[in-house]
Amino acid sequence: MFRLAFWSLTRRRSRLLAALIGVALGAVILFGMVTLCYDLPRQLSQEFRAYGANLALAALGSGRLPLAQIQQARGLLPPDKLVGLTPSRYEAVRNRLRPYTAVGVDFLEARKTSPFWRVTGQWPTQPGDLLVGADLALNTDLKEGTLATLDGRDQAGRRYAKDFRVVGVLTTGGVEDGFVFMTLADMEAMTETAGVADLAEVSLNLSAAELRALAARLRATIPDLEARLVTRVTDSESNVLGKLTYLVYLVALIVLALTMICVATTMMTVVLERRKEIGLKKALGAENWRVGREFLAEGVLIGLLGGFLGSLGGLVFARVVAQSVFGRALYPHLYLIPLTMLVMAAVTVIACRAPVKRAVAVEPALVLRGE
Amino acid sequence: MRDILEIKAVSKIYGAVVALRDISLTVPQGQWLAIMGPSGSGKTTLMNIIGCLDTPTQGQVLLDGLNLGALSHAGLTAIRRESIGLIFQEFHLIAYLTALENVMVAQYYHSLVDENEALEALARVGLRERAKHLPRQLSGGEQQRVCVARALINHPKLILADEPTGNLDETNENLVMEILSQLRASGSSIIVVTHSQEVAAHADRVVTLEHGRLAQDRLVENSASLANEKILTLSPQRDLGAPLRPNIVE
Repeated sequence: MFRLAFWSLTRRRSRLLAALIGVALGAVILFGMVTLCYDLPRQLSQEFRAYGANLALAALGSGRLPLAQIQQARGLLPPDKLVGLTPSRYEAVRNRLRPYTAVGVDFLEARKTSPFWRVTGQWPTQPGDLLVGADLALNTDLKEGTLATLDGRDQAGRRYAKDFRVVGVLTTGGVEDGFVFMTLADMEAMTETAGVADLAEVSLNLSAAELRALAARLRATIPDLEARLVTRVTDSESNVLGKLTYLVYLVALIVLALTMICVATTMMTVVLERRKEIGLKKALGAENWRVGREFLAEGVLIGLLGGFLGSLGGLVFARVVAQSVFGRALYPHLYLIPLTMLVMAAVTVIACRAPVKRAVAVEPALVLRGE
Repeated sequence: MRDILEIKAVSKIYGAVVALRDISLTVPQGQWLAIMGPSGSGKTTLMNIIGCLDTPTQGQVLLDGLNLGALSHAGLTAIRRESIGLIFQEFHLIAYLTALENVMVAQYYHSLVDENEALEALARVGLRERAKHLPRQLSGGEQQRVCVARALINHPKLILADEPTGNLDETNENLVMEILSQLRASGSSIIVVTHSQEVAAHADRVVTLEHGRLAQDRLVENSASLANEKILTLSPQRDLGAPLRPNIVE
């Protein structure tokens, strides 16, 4: 059966080419779209890391979080998915009797977890360097290059004070624009309290579902730790991803439908062209199911070959799209090649249904007489 | 001798047109019957009914004792496959298959494909050397001989030929007639639809149809095929399995 189909296809190349191009083009889009869809969460997750942390760690209740627990939590995070982990500590301070919120952070990590932070001037590198939020820089005396003494009281009511020099102005467009930032070490030196943080912001290349599972694992492993998803980021990510995935599947479905129409039209033409051959075969004693099976075999061969060629094209297509849209290389899912071949074979078989029906309805006595 | 074909009061009506009217005919095993008649006389309709490509509106057709009217569509297909060899005026070879493959197609639908047997069938019609040629590379006569080889390959009980020489020149007509004469001599039953008196002259018997009726049924004295049979019998180097001389027409 397949030998006859093979002869028919290889020796009638123009028809083979028409159907093959249709199937291969469909397979290019299908393979490319599905590959992108598979890689979309990874690509988008990396894109969304630009919008900040997606997991927040804090102490359960109103207490502070020991840095040792944050280190323990770090050990539970997948290292290959971790973009940054920034412990931060918040204190109420004053400068010239005016109240401010001071934040102690590790600036190297902060630049990873919050890549959207923009600094004019310098990032703090030396002890005593202070970063001032843009709103404060605009509305107070804290300008780049000025000296400032921050003072406050610890929980025991004991006073502390430390001199700083403003080295830069931070713009985030968020609440951070109203804070002053110093290194965690300066915060510890100023308050004379070390080894604790109020919050740890974590940026991970994980989907919302994976993050939820990770948060549950952290809570279960470290009883005093509260791990929460930053829903503003994760929800946006899920929404965008969901809509993109839906769009990709919709396009793939439309492409499959178009491929089916293309193959059905080509095969219908083939049946019309080969009415005499079909009539002859039936006159020679071919049962309807054998005639139908031969056309289906041709369809399967076209589907498999077109699917294979299209998959190779789709691989290139997906790579180009990933590079031009996301600016990153694509991970090739080679197992999608046989899967695409099977899908395209199934598509051609479905598309062959109507032509096969017409083929088996051929009356040999009529067509062999030339009617 | 038993009858290979019995046609009993067969009529075929297409709407208001009566193509065949009350035809009764018996063909003994091994007979070469020629069906003649003007265009529209019902020759092809009768041929189609005998060849299981069509069914009568009335009457009964028995092929080797089997009532074709009692058979389903699949049953008729099986009879075509197992018992009938068809030769067409327009050859109807599959254009993208070689001569050998065209013969093997009939094998494929019948049972198993046997390339050697197909080559032998081509050798029998003098085309072994042309086995790998496509139909467009063959002359009309050669194509008809491939068609004959395809009709013979499954050893049918009855060979039906519809104007087998209608598209051939005289040389090729003689060649095809010679092959059919050999088949007749080997005991095959042959029914030929023809306009040609020369072709009919090879038959043992000629029936003539007019307006769907059987107008004449006569035995042919000194049939050309019988003459050929004598020649063949007298000629020791021309046994039925040996290839004929190659076609040189073109």
